[in-house]
Amino acid sequence: MAKTFKKPEALSDQPTHYCPGCTHGIIHRLVAEVIDELGIRGRTVGISPVGCAVLAYNYFTFDFQEAAHGRAPAVATGIKRVRPDLIVFTYQGDGDLASIGMGEIIHAANRGEKFTTIFVNNTVYGMTGGQMAPTTLQGQRTTTSPAGRNVEEVGMPVKMAELISALETPAYITRQAVLKPKYVVRAKKAIKKAFQYQLEGRCFSLVELVSTCPTNWGLTPVESITWAEENMLPYFKLGEYKTPDEVEED
Amino acid sequence: MGKILMKGNEAIGEAAIRAGCLNYFAYPITPQSEVAEYLSRRMPEVGGVFLQAESEIAVGNMLFGAAGCGARVFTTSSSPGISLMSEAISYISSAQLPVVFVNIVRGGPGLGGILPSQADYFQATKGGGHGDYRLLVMAPASVQEAVEMVMKAFPLAEKYRNPVMILGDGLIGQMMEPVEFPEHLRSEPSNKDDWATNGMDTRKSSKPNLVKSLFLNAELLEEHNLVLKAKYDRMKQEEVRYESYNMDTDYQALIVSFGTMSRVCRTVIDNLKAQGFETAMIRPQTLFPFPEGPIKQAALKESCKVVITLELNMGQMVEDVERSVQGNRPVHWYGKAGGDVPTPEEVIEVIKSFF
Ligand SMILES: Cc1ncc(C[n+]2csc(CCOP(=O)(O)OP(=O)(O)O)c2C)c(N)n1
Ligand code: SF4
Ligand SMILES: [Mg+2]
Repeated sequence: MAKTFKKPEALSDQPTHYCPGCTHGIIHRLVAEVIDELGIRGRTVGISPVGCAVLAYNYFTFDFQEAAHGRAPAVATGIKRVRPDLIVFTYQGDGDLASIGMGEIIHAANRGEKFTTIFVNNTVYGMTGGQMAPTTLQGQRTTTSPAGRNVEEVGMPVKMAELISALETPAYITRQAVLKPKYVVRAKKAIKKAFQYQLEGRCFSLVELVSTCPTNWGLTPVESITWAEENMLPYFKLGEYKTPDEVEED
Repeated sequence: MGKILMKGNEAIGEAAIRAGCLNYFAYPITPQSEVAEYLSRRMPEVGGVFLQAESEIAVGNMLFGAAGCGARVFTTSSSPGISLMSEAISYISSAQLPVVFVNIVRGGPGLGGILPSQADYFQATKGGGHGDYRLLVMAPASVQEAVEMVMKAFPLAEKYRNPVMILGDGLIGQMMEPVEFPEHLRSEPSNKDDWATNGMDTRKSSKPNLVKSLFLNAELLEEHNLVLKAKYDRMKQEEVRYESYNMDTDYQALIVSFGTMSRVCRTVIDNLKAQGFETAMIRPQTLFPFPEGPIKQAALKESCKVVITLELNMGQMVEDVERSVQGNRPVHWYGKAGGDVPTPEEVIEVIKSFF
C-alpha cells in the first residue's frame, strides 16, 4: 500500500500550538509542500507576523525572521533587496496585514517587491482574543463589536485582494480558501504559482486565504467551515484577481 | 587621497560606501535629504542598493530584514523620522542586529524646526523605543569626524551586534568642510553565518537560523536581557571616547559640551584664556557609553570650581554630567533649543555669571 501521509521536509516535528480545527496548520502544510516540491528550502526565508502565527518558525525547517506587527512586508523588502537570490515570503493575518500593516503591504505590492505574501483572513484578531478586524463581516459579533460590526461607524470590511489588484504594478493576486479539500487543492496550486513567479523573478504575489478561527467565533471546527462558506465566501469572492500574464497582454 | 571639500550630508553618504556599506534605505527629511539624493546617484555606481521607502516606519523594518539576513545596512534621517524608526530600533536591538543610524537632529518637539539642535540626546541615549536597550551613540563635531565615526560605526555595530547611532545636527549636515576618507577605516562585513537568515544553502548548513525578539518564557526573557546588558556593560568598558581641551591648566570651570556646541566652546576657552581666565572642556565623542569617569576626575581638580554643561536643548546631557560629578562640584547648565547656536560672547557672559 502506498504511503498516503508523509510530513514535508520543510515542516518540523514540533506539534503546533494552534487550536483544534484552526486553519493555520493546513496553510503551514501547503506552504511546506510547495517549498519541498520546488526544492527551495535551502534558500527560503519566511517572515512571521504578530498574530497567532508569530511562532510559525517553530514549525518550519528553514530560516525565519519575526517581524513587528504589520511590518513583515517591509522586512521582506529589506531581505529581497539585498539578497534577490533568496526566496522570501511573509505570512500575515488580517489584523497584521489589513490594519496596522496596511501601508507596508500596499507599498511593497506597488513597488513590485519580488516576494510572496500568504494572507490568512479569519475576520478577527485571533491572538488577542477575537477583537474586530478590518475584515470582520457586517453584523459579525466580536469582543469589540459585541452588537455586531456597525458599518455606519467603522465602514465595510476591507477586501484586500481587490484592493491590491487595483494597483498597476504587475502582480499575482488571488483569493482562495482552505475550508474543504476541494478548496485546499486550489489554494495549494495558487501558493505554488506564487512561489514560481517569485522564482522566475517576475513579481510580487499575494495569496489571500479565507480561513477560520473556531475559538474566537465560538463555533466548533465543523460549524466554522459552514459559517465561513455561508458568510465569508459571498463577500470575499474566490478567484484569480490578477496574474502577471494578463498584465503583459494589455 | 588628499582632502576634498564636501557638504556634511554628502560626506556621510560617501563615508558609508567607503566603509564598505552598500545598502541604504531612507525617507526624505530636512536637514539631511542630501544624503538620499547623493546615494540615489552613488549606490548604482558602486552596485549597491538604494531604496526610498514609503515611511520611516518601513525604513526601520527594511533595515531589520536586510541586517537580519546578514547585509551591512544603514539609514540617515532627522528627529521626527527617528521617532518613527524607534519601533524598529527596539526590535533591532532585541534581535541583536548590526545597523547604523545617522540622526541629523533638528529642533523639536513635534515638527519643531529645521535648524541645528541637540534635542534628541535623551531619545538617542536613553531609549525612544520600548524596552531595555541601548544604542552606541557617537556625536561628531566636524564633517571630518562625522566621516570617521560613520566608518567606525559599521565594525562596532558588528562587534556588538547592536545598532549604532551617529547623532549629528543640521550644522554638521549642511556645512562644507575639507574631508579625507581614511583608507584604514574601510572594513569587510563580518561573517554572520552563526545567526543571519542568509539561506541554509549560503552557509552550507542544515540548521535554520532565526531572527526574533519574542521570549514568552520569563526565564528566557530574563536571560536575554542579561545578554543585552552584558553587551552594554562591555561598551562602557571598551568604547568610551572623548576629547579634552585645555586640561593642563589650572582651569576654574570645566565645560562639558558635544557636537556643534563644543565648537563654540573651544572659541570661548581660547577667548577667556586671552583674558587670563582658564577654563577647560571635556567633549564626549560617545554619548553612550558616557565618559563618566573622565568627567568626574576633571571636575575634581582643585582649581575647578564649577562644571558647566552647554548643549543645544533645554537640559538633557546635564543629567548625565550631574550623575558623573556625583555632587562633588556644582553642575550648571546653559542651552538654547530654538535653532540659534549661542555665540561665544553669550557663552562667556553665562560662564562669568557663575563666578
Ligand atoms: C504594535 C502592536 N500593537 C498591538 C499588538 C497586539 N496584537 C498582537 S496580535 C494582534 C492581532 C493579530 O490578528 P491577526 O493579524 O488577524 O492574526 P490572527 O491571530 O488572527 O492570526 C494584536 C493587535 C502588538 N503585538 N503590537
Ligand atoms: S485563536 Fe483562532 S486563529 Fe488563533 S490558533 Fe486559535 S483558532 Fe487559530
Ligand atoms: Mg486574524
